[in-house]
Amino acid sequence: MSRLLPVYAAAVYAFLYAPLAVLAVFSFNRSRFTVWEGFSLAWYRAAFANRQLVEGAWNSLIIGAAATIGATVIGSLAAYALWKRTSRFTVAALYLSLVTPEIVMGVSLLAFYQWIFRYLDIRLGMHSVILAHVTFCIAYVALVVFARLRTLDPSLEEAAMDLGATEWQAFYRVALPNLTPGIVAGALLAFATSFDDYVITSLVAGVDSETLPMVIYAMARRGVSPAVNAISTVIVLGLGVFILLAQRLQRT
Amino acid sequence: MGRLRTLFLAPAAAWMLALMAAPTAIVCAYSLLTRGTYGGLGAPWTLENYRRLADPLYLSLLAHSFYIAGAATLICLALGFPLALFISRAGPRKHLYLSLVILPFWTSFLVRTYAWMFLLRDTGLVNTVLQTAGLIREPLPLLYNDGAVILGLVYGYLPFMALPIFATLERLDPHVVEASADLGARPLATVMRVVLPLARPGIVAGAVLVFIPCLGAYLTPDLLGGGKSAMIGNLIQNQFTNARDWPFGSAVSLALMAIVMALLYAGLRREGEKLL
Repeated sequence: MSRLLPVYAAAVYAFLYAPLAVLAVFSFNRSRFTVWEGFSLAWYRAAFANRQLVEGAWNSLIIGAAATIGATVIGSLAAYALWKRTSRFTVAALYLSLVTPEIVMGVSLLAFYQWIFRYLDIRLGMHSVILAHVTFCIAYVALVVFARLRTLDPSLEEAAMDLGATEWQAFYRVALPNLTPGIVAGALLAFATSFDDYVITSLVAGVDSETLPMVIYAMARRGVSPAVNAISTVIVLGLGVFILLAQRLQRT
Repeated sequence: MGRLRTLFLAPAAAWMLALMAAPTAIVCAYSLLTRGTYGGLGAPWTLENYRRLADPLYLSLLAHSFYIAGAATLICLALGFPLALFISRAGPRKHLYLSLVILPFWTSFLVRTYAWMFLLRDTGLVNTVLQTAGLIREPLPLLYNDGAVILGLVYGYLPFMALPIFATLERLDPHVVEASADLGARPLATVMRVVLPLARPGIVAGAVLVFIPCLGAYLTPDLLGGGKSAMIGNLIQNQFTNARDWPFGSAVSLALMAIVMALLYAGLRREGEKLL
């Protein structure tokens, strides 16, 4: 038992990592087939020369940055407010946004946009994607920041206010500096979530807002192109660094 | 006192009202409408869309979704419980092993699904290796079936099982395990008859957290099932895109939401921990 458990665990870890490792290895394969023919960076060149992929990556970065800023501000403020006193509606709505299947949130937002757009002269585009992404990222930020707040002693703020600080000063000078690692961690997770989303994005995107996951999805459906392996490797490594950073921040 | 709190809560409350509550209300309204010509919406208020859900065609799709999600949940448990047990006994390396479980979860779900397409398709790595080794002549049909979908879901949601189980194992009194050993139980007996029952809350939480996203999955059955293993999520997507029957799609969508809420209520009711 005590000898078997580590072996079993190692097998599960292998299961978690081997597919991604294999994908990364074959992104350096010279051949377009799954037979190793030698090391090459050709597929990385192909990926970066692919206009759709590059344009999708830019769109994803813009959307991810905008959604992250929006969700981080709104989510952090909400976490702080909920730490003071809970609000049933906001908490319920945040939980709901976490457990709603992506496809349900996607079609709901699509229906909502179409209904609104009947009265306003707007179409689906980058803005509709950004609004959707902020919606599902707020809860992630709020959760991470709230977890951080729970380690914060409320008497610190009370002491500051007893010494004459206003509510705002207590927040800005006492709570906020303590929350910064949590806020940054929340922002990193929000960006990772936004950058990766396919299901909701594909439903509310317009013609000018094709994101990287949408391009990858289309390429994956069409068939084999090792360029997808190359871009996938870049994404996994990039997001991996983000997540490691977020995890480190959450522990400080 | 409290003005700042109101000010800070307002953006989130307003945002959730506009982009969570309002869209849900719209979908509720749509689900009571009829489909007009050209895919538009007809006026009469009707329950017809909900009645259509009882059609054997959709009931079997629902049953199939439950089967896929259930199988994925069981496999996640079989992999996740020993993994959580291993991590909880890893001493100072605990955090490292734990983050190794979480890490892949945050790195691109799409890429991780694509990785399995790369491995499993006819010209994929598994078939190529088996053919080169002379073990098979024709490629095995590994992709586009139920097994591939279940595999993809297990791969995607395993952390949701391992984490809550780990959390309950962490809270477990080590003396209980020692007492079991002192009284002569073998390690396996201790795990099966002492640790496993005590880890029940974590197992239930993990099962709910895995089952829910699996039941509502769209991308995994779409890419790994290739239309041959469609689930509720695919039906919803299809009603809103190809079929352009938004009222029925809305009804299916709300039905899925109702199932999710019921499962959450049943499974997590007793889990007291407040995350927000």
